[in-house]
Amino acid sequence: MSRNPGRPLSPHLTIWRWGPHMVVSILHRATGVGMAIVAGLGFIWWLVAAAMGAEAYDGFYKVATSWFGYLVAIGLTWAFFQHLFSALRHFVMDVGAGYELKTNKTAAIATMVGSVIVTLLIWAPILASLAKGAE
Amino acid sequence: MGSGTGIGRVRGLGSAKHGAMHWWRQRVTAVGNLLLATWFVVSLFRLPSLDHATVVGWIGSPLVAVPLVLLTISVFYHLRLGLQVVMEDYVHEEGGKVFFILLLNFYAIGGAALAIFSILKIAFGGVPA
Repeated sequence: MSRNPGRPLSPHLTIWRWGPHMVVSILHRATGVGMAIVAGLGFIWWLVAAAMGAEAYDGFYKVATSWFGYLVAIGLTWAFFQHLFSALRHFVMDVGAGYELKTNKTAAIATMVGSVIVTLLIWAPILASLAKGAE
Repeated sequence: MGSGTGIGRVRGLGSAKHGAMHWWRQRVTAVGNLLLATWFVVSLFRLPSLDHATVVGWIGSPLVAVPLVLLTISVFYHLRLGLQVVMEDYVHEEGGKVFFILLLNFYAIGGAALAIFSILKIAFGGVPA
């Protein structure tokens, strides 16, 4: 199949002024790809280590509870909720709603604000109790 | 079905005749993920600890092992569909596209198989006294 070069091309990223809906769109993909690799491998490692025995599980547990493990977990928490809230927005748009400019923009911003707030709400108490335990 | 113009081919849903299936399965697995991942995360938080004995004892229950297997299937199917679209969009060269989608399929199926086998190994490992 050959494209007719005489037909116009849709203007791409370099033409449009960036808006919240574009940021959320690319964040949905980025968080999806990130979780597919990082959370996917972590999930497999966790289960395989648990099935192999206590010693293998200890290896996983040490990495997961290191500062690096917590950093990755915080990042994945944010990615999870960003992807989740953005997906809920997609469900609404799938039925043809939420395309009015103002509604669309507000919902896009809400997914980003929501994901950051929920991540903070989950991790602030955990990090606080960790800091207490370390004293 | 027309075969000459672009719109004619789209109306016939393309050569495979199930053009909307990928889109629909993406949504089905998304709802599956929403329910199962919420259950999974909440359950992990409710466990008294995440050490080996606690986790293995938890996964050993049928009411945990089965949803965990379903979560694995839903998540890995969903990520296979999603990353396929990303690769189709951003890898323009045909050979590279085939290579990455092949790699993605190996990862999704291989990873899910490893996870499911591990869950079943723990669950079939024995019944606690």
